[in-house]
Amino acid sequence: MARKLPAKDVAIIGLGWTGSIMAYELADAGLEVIAIERGPWRNTPTDFPPNFAPDELRYRIRHELFLRPEQTTFTFRNKMDQTALPIRTWGAFMPPNGVGGGGVHWNAETWRFLPSDFVLRTHLTQRYGAGFLPEDMTIQDWGVTYDEIEPYYDRFEYLCGTSGQAGNIKGKIIDGGNPFEGPRSRPYPTPPQDQPFSHTLFAKAARDLGYKPFPQPSGNLSRPYQNPLGVRLGPCTFCGFCEWFGCGNYSKASPQTTILPALLRKPTFSARDNSEVTRINLDGTGKRATGVTFVDAEGNEWEQPADLVILSAYTIFNVQLLLLSGIGKPYDPVANAGVIGRNFSHQTISSVDSFFEPGKFIFNPFIASGAIGMCIDEFNGDNFDHGPHGFVGGAYMGQVQTNGRPIETTPVPPGTPRWGAAWKKAVKENYLSALKPGTGVHGSMYSYRDVYMDLDPTYKDRFGRPLARITMDFHDNEIKQNAFLTDKFAEIFQAMGAKQVVKHYRKGPYDVTQYQTTHLCGGAIMGTDRNTSAINRYLQCWDVPNLFVTGASGFPQNAGYNPTGTLAALAFWAANAIRTHYLKNPGQLINA
Amino acid sequence: MRKRSTIAIALLALTASVGASRSAGLQDFAEIERGRYLANAADCASCHTVPGSNQPFAGGRPIETPFGNLVSPNITPDRDTGIGTWTDEEFDAAVRAGRQRGGARLYPAMPFPYYSRMSREDVKAIRAYLSTVPPVHNAVMSDALPFPFNLRSSMIVWDRLYFKPGEFHPDPSKSAEWNRGAYLVEGPAHCGACHTPKTLLGGDKKSDALRGYTLQGWVAPDITSGQGPLGNWSVDDIAEYLKTGHNKYAAAAGLMAEVVQLSTSNMTDEDVRAMAVYLKDIQGAASPGPGSVDQNVLTAGGAIFQDLCAACHRQDGQGIPNLFPRLSDAATVATPDPTTVLRVILQGTPTVATDREPTGPGMPAFGWQLDDEQVAAVATYVRNHFAHAPAVTAEQVHRMRATLAKTE
Repeated sequence: MARKLPAKDVAIIGLGWTGSIMAYELADAGLEVIAIERGPWRNTPTDFPPNFAPDELRYRIRHELFLRPEQTTFTFRNKMDQTALPIRTWGAFMPPNGVGGGGVHWNAETWRFLPSDFVLRTHLTQRYGAGFLPEDMTIQDWGVTYDEIEPYYDRFEYLCGTSGQAGNIKGKIIDGGNPFEGPRSRPYPTPPQDQPFSHTLFAKAARDLGYKPFPQPSGNLSRPYQNPLGVRLGPCTFCGFCEWFGCGNYSKASPQTTILPALLRKPTFSARDNSEVTRINLDGTGKRATGVTFVDAEGNEWEQPADLVILSAYTIFNVQLLLLSGIGKPYDPVANAGVIGRNFSHQTISSVDSFFEPGKFIFNPFIASGAIGMCIDEFNGDNFDHGPHGFVGGAYMGQVQTNGRPIETTPVPPGTPRWGAAWKKAVKENYLSALKPGTGVHGSMYSYRDVYMDLDPTYKDRFGRPLARITMDFHDNEIKQNAFLTDKFAEIFQAMGAKQVVKHYRKGPYDVTQYQTTHLCGGAIMGTDRNTSAINRYLQCWDVPNLFVTGASGFPQNAGYNPTGTLAALAFWAANAIRTHYLKNPGQLINA
Repeated sequence: MRKRSTIAIALLALTASVGASRSAGLQDFAEIERGRYLANAADCASCHTVPGSNQPFAGGRPIETPFGNLVSPNITPDRDTGIGTWTDEEFDAAVRAGRQRGGARLYPAMPFPYYSRMSREDVKAIRAYLSTVPPVHNAVMSDALPFPFNLRSSMIVWDRLYFKPGEFHPDPSKSAEWNRGAYLVEGPAHCGACHTPKTLLGGDKKSDALRGYTLQGWVAPDITSGQGPLGNWSVDDIAEYLKTGHNKYAAAAGLMAEVVQLSTSNMTDEDVRAMAVYLKDIQGAASPGPGSVDQNVLTAGGAIFQDLCAACHRQDGQGIPNLFPRLSDAATVATPDPTTVLRVILQGTPTVATDREPTGPGMPAFGWQLDDEQVAAVATYVRNHFAHAPAVTAEQVHRMRATLAKTE
């Protein structure tokens, strides 16, 4: 039997990026806020100091910062007629855990989506006709436009101190930046990071081929920075231990380095770590959340009453908790009805390995940061005419090589034995002169009727609750997209002077054991129609207006970018709607 | 906002402490506010509130002294266990003359030699403020000193040697700002209580005022100007450090973090600047210099520095302003006594977070990773290469480890 705690104004589930943003904004509005986090508290100098954080075995191979599957996991299948099985080690994506969430382990690639990404179905239909889209593709408009959330992208970038080169300031195209980006109101807060040799060589080759390369917008800072909350970051040292690792020297934007120090000074904020929310509680009408129930590390069950509930967990767990709490109608792919679990998506990633003349090209791949890289955006979203190609979607692509860590950075030319003396010799020969961009082709994955989440009929978690079940496979559109983009990407490495370029196309079936990105999207999507979306344009649950759901679970489909900039902007946008409208008149913000 | 809550607390306390014998009227808002500010400047809470406790001034915090531990008394208006029944005269005698109620002498852990520089009105104001805090029933046994220090009569000699009572008198040849700073530094803020070297009996060595002392495992560095470790600090640098806990040179950690958090960060910009103006005007002695250093140790230390330290402090030791200290000008690095450098390398430390500098960056611990010789090498490198301070031996590191193990 849950013991009841004193009521709060706001209960926040998960203290990652969006949980921290919502907590800060709502505590700043004077509300009593409690954040309940499943994982441990994490501080820079004690949890990932520079003297033990750079440990590839511990953090990358053994997943130190991530959720332990023993605590909870999900089941997976490719097709609806298969039986899903529980996943016992992470592969295709990495469920974060602990204070800071994915903001601790990310690479800090801080993108904005294209204006057309937010009105995707309308845009593509207008340009190519409705018949151009695959019949079972369920892409939607977001219900919010780029122009509406631009000020909130700006808020997030200035919170983080993002290093980059603007390509479009108020409509004026700026040389050296991304000419395809939506208009931004001002430059990045700090200039772009310096780029190592391979990245500049990629940019030169891309320019020679007629593209407009630009430095990837980076939350690994180029300069010391103090953000509007007074919190300081230092400059990145190019240590090459960024993604999968916490940053030990305060140079990667994370909740710890940008917002938590200011949040912790708010007298109305408190937090519980090592406490897993098991249910969002509803009143008798089912239309109002009364708070949450959670279980602490001792196994004690607590009820935390709250007037407002913010669901800010990772994509899978947002959707699972909605399903387990009986909020919203579960999605049924057969009837194509219901909303929770709908339009689930991930990413379509591929890369190429390229081998250059040893001795002539010395790339020193270990000099890197998480969001280092020179990129091109000619083939992202709808920046190019898809008419002749028979697919939609795209990717940014770039020499985004974030490390030269010893366990995984062993590119060898095809034909090399897979172990033994010959393999070792080839690794040694090629280490400095081979390139292996991490997410070279960072492609979109659009949504489909048969890619979704629901509750598993068989497998249960430690509380006896059904695990989340993922049904996901690549569709022809993404396979075609990736083949086209990977070829384009490889051409640039050829132009750089590689003697051999090896393409690793993304092919089906979707493989849950192969890491792509942690960018799971959708399942509790935003939109304008309560029959096809779980939350409205302010991330407010249609059915339970005192529940807001943040994070990439709200994306109706994924774009060819990293999601953090967008999900953080949407959190600021939702927080603003709560502060300026909801608190004055608690209730449904949209009359639909 | 803050003022409003002060009034609310004051009203609450009114009902609780009616009948307390004191002359300050609880309606006297201006006096209470002045007292609150002075109690903050005097950092009463540092000793009289247990850290993290929600019972301000209820006492019970152990105070480490070279002669043994004392426990701070309850100074809330509680009538049984606090100072609720004290007269203003008794309170004034305790604060400015070091006399307990009934006349027994206080140990100078209570910095009455400094508080003596305050006026009677100042102390009355502090009393007025303390009368507004919630009374807490908390009986404290404050004496735990061994013989002969447990004999409070032994303080007669001490007082005669080291206690020169008397209010602060402004120096008419100096500016009003200088005089305000002098009053704060020498009076309520009692900087010398930590920063002035002590005699064997724990009295201030007046001739070396503010030239640095080591206590409770931390160095309170020389804070005079001239060729000492703060030589490069400007008035603005000192003021910024006092107000925010950070500047381009250093970050407050350990005991000073507490001072900044509880006291100086809550002072007005004008007051911290006045303190800086006064401190900047006190000329100290030149640093003793680095002495001789083994080149092999420097080479080894430099390599360790490059591996483990340079990511934050930068290869040139310049650090990042207000985030990572500049090793050439962080006073605790340059100081002859390496206590702080060693403990911080071995154990790491958080630094203070304040409203203006909320980051509170922390130094990680390296004691688990480096042996005594390696710590000595890197500390020697840092001190010698950047700050021209003397070498550190492995033996010193070993002793520091032992000390830290005891206090853990």
